[in-house]
Amino acid sequence: MIKIRNLTKKYENLLAVDNVNLEIGKNEVFGLLGPNGAGKTTVIHMLATLLKPSSGTAIVNGYDIISQPAKVRASIGIVFQTPSSDDMLTGYENLKIHAFLYGVPSFEREKRIQSVLDLVGLGERQHDQVKKYSGGMRRRLEIARGLLHEPTVMFLDEPTLGLDPSSRGMMWDYIKKLVKEKEVTLILTTHYMEEADHLCNRIGIIDEGRVIALDTPSNLKKSIGGDIVKLRPKSFPDLESLRKLIYIRRIELVEGEIMMYVDNARENIPDILRHVDADSVEFRSPDLNDVFIKLASKTIKEQGEGGYMERYAQYGR
Amino acid sequence: MRSMAGRITLFEKMYALWLREFKVFLRERSRLVASTFTPLLWLFVIGIGFGSVAMLPGGESVGYQKFIFPGIVCMSVIFTSIFFGSYIIWDRKFDFLKSVMVAPVSRGTIFVGKALGGMTSSLIQAAILLCVGALIGIPYSFVGVIEATVIVILLSFTLTSLGLALGSYMQSLEGFQMIASFVVFPLFFLSGALFPLDKLPAWLSILTSIDPATYAVSAMRSALLGVGDRPFEVDILILLGFTIILGAAGIFSFKRMKAV
Repeated sequence: MIKIRNLTKKYENLLAVDNVNLEIGKNEVFGLLGPNGAGKTTVIHMLATLLKPSSGTAIVNGYDIISQPAKVRASIGIVFQTPSSDDMLTGYENLKIHAFLYGVPSFEREKRIQSVLDLVGLGERQHDQVKKYSGGMRRRLEIARGLLHEPTVMFLDEPTLGLDPSSRGMMWDYIKKLVKEKEVTLILTTHYMEEADHLCNRIGIIDEGRVIALDTPSNLKKSIGGDIVKLRPKSFPDLESLRKLIYIRRIELVEGEIMMYVDNARENIPDILRHVDADSVEFRSPDLNDVFIKLASKTIKEQGEGGYMERYAQYGR
Repeated sequence: MRSMAGRITLFEKMYALWLREFKVFLRERSRLVASTFTPLLWLFVIGIGFGSVAMLPGGESVGYQKFIFPGIVCMSVIFTSIFFGSYIIWDRKFDFLKSVMVAPVSRGTIFVGKALGGMTSSLIQAAILLCVGALIGIPYSFVGVIEATVIVILLSFTLTSLGLALGSYMQSLEGFQMIASFVVFPLFFLSGALFPLDKLPAWLSILTSIDPATYAVSAMRSALLGVGDRPFEVDILILLGFTIILGAAGIFSFKRMKAV
């Protein structure tokens, strides 16, 4: 469905996307996971032909994004990071306009509009102005709009950015429903690791414009090796004796705590405690953030919500 | 050659973009009220105020207020059309533009749809003013109203194109307001809306002759009062020339506009 070849975007003093190569197959739900500013949106904008790559290219639905942008555009749906519907119009009117723009044939128009509205659960509110919609409803309207022309590839750029946890959960349900009901390849970007974990069957972790890992969520987590055990020692521990334990793969000291990657933590913790005198112990299975920390030696920040709310407050009309 | 079906879709796309502008216009009543108020202020305050002292050469036949009425109609078109350019900046800020640009719609189509929307706003305002004109005793004829409509269509498309072209280059609304004011006032003052142009010094005449509104005002005077500076057809042809040039400039500026 999508073949990305050496895709690069340079700005004056910034390499936003650095030689990305990716292949995304039919009906995959592919996640681009990375912190803000990693280059996720830039990749999406280039694939959607809104931005010209500095070098490299990509084939989307069999069309080249550089030489056949019109054909690419007709075959993709996209949900932008910030809702882009006209809030003076109703949900229905927004969809109608886009049905025209995508050349949806007149005998199909009404049926399609109602079917995408049903899919995202906005049927009853379709004749309300969008400015009366909640953040979650606006996002769902965007999804409906993206589906109107029955694209084979759909991009979702941070689909839950700025939503409260319950709306986020609902959004996830709608995305899953979409995957189940439509024959569509989904590419979503997110900086929420749980989101990528929950929705995607394959993930590319991106940092500073480069894809630094590419696999299924479970394989990525397995690559950490074992569980993560954190303990707070009473006195400085005898690290040498810990290092001799074969089920401990890695030991790190973080802010007075010892962090260890341990095989089968549940059974081995008592043995570990024989070597370290600890105030507290916790253990958990690794998540994608651990994968990111291991690869990029920094954490995916959860704060700094990309400015949507700020922009919204600033330009509300 | 483009197929029949392709042509229908093209018009449907333009129609959709126009429809959106029209609906927004209908829902933003304050915009209509505010932009109709200023021309009325000119018509009644300046028209009556200066009318009490201004002597037009041979102007006894018309009277100052009636003399500036065609100019005031054009003025409302000038202001509405140029400032309509700010809506392209709104569209960009709200990302609506991005959602249109990612659709299979050419930039030229986007431009024409938008410009037709601006033209519609101007037409509605001009219609309101023409109704007011009846109150001050403008001697309307059927043909005169048709001619006035043609003038409004041409002038508004011309200046909406200019406004949108300016808007497509600007990032901020504040910046646009500044630039637009620089454009709007000379267009208005040099158009002869408020005074006859035949006694002006040469340097000022040159400036008035490159103002598209000059020809619209003259044509409007021919249509409504029968006292234009040139034959109606000549004014319309020159205005049409401006429409083509600025329309092309608008399409060009939309084509080079960055999507993100």
